[in-house]
Amino acid sequence: MDMTRRFFLVLTPAAAAFMDRTGGAETQPQSKYLMADHYWAMTIDIDECIGCGNCVRACATENDVPHGFFRTWVERYSVAGWPEEHPDVDSPNGAFDGFKDKPAKPGTKSFFVPKLCNHCEHSPCVQVCPVGATFESPDGLVLVDKDYCLGCRYCVQACPYGCRYIDPEKQTVDKCTLCYHRISQGETTACAENCPTGARTLADLKNPKDPVHEFLRNNSVQVLKPHMATGAKVYYKSLDRSVR
Amino acid sequence: MDPILHGVQGFMYPDEVELQWSILIVLYPFITGLVAGAFILASLERVFNVAAVKPTYRLALLTALAFMLVAPLPLQMHLGHPERSFEMFTTPHRSSAMAMFGFVYLWYLMAVLVMEIWLDYRKDIVLLSRSSTGIMRWVYKAMTLGSDNISERSLKLDDKTGWIITVIGIPSAFLLHGYVGFIFGSVKANPWWSTPLMPIVFLFSAMVSGIALVMLMYMAGMKARKQPIDMRCLDTIAQYLFYTFVIDFSLEMLDLIHRIYEADESFKSLDFMVHSRLWTSQVIIQIVLGTLLPLALLGAAQVLRITAARRRVMYSVAGVMTLIGIFAMRWNVVIGGQLFSKSFLGYTTYKLEFATREGLLPAIVLMILPFFILWVLVRLLPPWTAAGAETARGH
Repeated sequence: MDMTRRFFLVLTPAAAAFMDRTGGAETQPQSKYLMADHYWAMTIDIDECIGCGNCVRACATENDVPHGFFRTWVERYSVAGWPEEHPDVDSPNGAFDGFKDKPAKPGTKSFFVPKLCNHCEHSPCVQVCPVGATFESPDGLVLVDKDYCLGCRYCVQACPYGCRYIDPEKQTVDKCTLCYHRISQGETTACAENCPTGARTLADLKNPKDPVHEFLRNNSVQVLKPHMATGAKVYYKSLDRSVR
Repeated sequence: MDPILHGVQGFMYPDEVELQWSILIVLYPFITGLVAGAFILASLERVFNVAAVKPTYRLALLTALAFMLVAPLPLQMHLGHPERSFEMFTTPHRSSAMAMFGFVYLWYLMAVLVMEIWLDYRKDIVLLSRSSTGIMRWVYKAMTLGSDNISERSLKLDDKTGWIITVIGIPSAFLLHGYVGFIFGSVKANPWWSTPLMPIVFLFSAMVSGIALVMLMYMAGMKARKQPIDMRCLDTIAQYLFYTFVIDFSLEMLDLIHRIYEADESFKSLDFMVHSRLWTSQVIIQIVLGTLLPLALLGAAQVLRITAARRRVMYSVAGVMTLIGIFAMRWNVVIGGQLFSKSFLGYTTYKLEFATREGLLPAIVLMILPFFILWVLVRLLPPWTAAGAETARGH
């Protein structure tokens, strides 16, 4: 058979695809990561957070978060002791640029609360997704299959913590993945890595040696909106009752 | 999203500032409500033998069909990826309330509405396929689906089957709209929506809106054809509207009283919202103009001696105000449920755009479309021959 130019052009990619499938091409190194060995969570020490916004910026850079949307953000609370008043809360641009100094009101306490997806064990967002595009992975993360998401936004409504948004470009839902691409390679999350005070720590609940167990045992720990019974896995130390 | 540009007051989680569900999602429960209500009115005559409302039987069925055909369009237009919507049929997520929509919709449309209309009209379609000429002859011929036997025995079988379908259809209509209420009522993250009363409130408000619509369509149809309005029929429909409305309003008030009495953590936030951002749409339009006014008019028409001409005017005003009120109710549920922060510390504003995918213009088009479909259906399958309908069903 004459090897015409057209035949050659057709054959080359076909052969490449065949080689790739049969392993004839250079084989990818097998990942040693086993989902069944892990169950991810995060601990946050509110006493340690200084509201610098490093975590917000690191997350945005690491995950290409579109401008004006947030996979993580930091809130500043200013709360009176008694009589109880409406807490004064702000989070300018999600604390992307940190916070400007604000004179403290007399008789109030101030603190920062970093927020992110709680990767709930009983996620309302997973429950409501009409096609299962939002799902819980065996290693305890709530993730989104963007090739499958309809963009119906039911999950955004169902999340009690306001952690989801619609990616304006892809028109699918987006949220914190706990930097899955990093943690499955043995690294920590971008937010935890860039936190100058160690307020955020990635935790593996299935690892008996993980400091999370000591953290949970030795501190007064709470999750956000415990009455929602979502099985939230972001554990806060020193969480004030005014925080929602 | 810039909080200042979006009219934020207080604190909202940063991803909450922009509303997720727009006016198109307001239309979805409004339109499905009209379908369910119109069908339930039609069923009254068929199953419960309410002879007085017979003149509206076929019109109610066609109205339900016209609106049913439009019902999924606002949802489809709202999706970020409408081309993937078939995935709800092929790989539905069984724990999702929304995943069942396609199945409930198809069941109701194909197994109930279309079947019932076809069986009821089969004799007329066969006769029209014989008397028409040109292209319409072929249209009617196709609509017979090859079933052109109109012997007495055959028509009796049609009638029996139609009755069974109506009996199945009533719980199906309840399912359709109760289910829409469940989509909202089961969102525990949102205290404005999360109540077990939501499906039943949606159901009764659906019946109210559907009955009001058929009442108005009947009056408009008679006026257009310059035919006298059957006042016994109109009074009976108005009576049903009144009773259903009383139940609907009682349920809504029960929900309100329950919220005020329980006063849970969301109460202050929601109370403030009702007294500020929702004051006009909820208190003025939905409750005063859209509920109390029509209830007063419908009640007065029953208690006082009023001339037929005046009653017709009262029913028209009551019908229009009812539809406006129920639309406002859907608005207050869907939009109102997104105006406050889930932190209960702030409020945002809904900015209705005009000529965008989810703007006012497509919403207006979607509301006109069912009336156009109904006009086509009425021309194709004239519902006015009440006498013809009786003979068709072998009464």
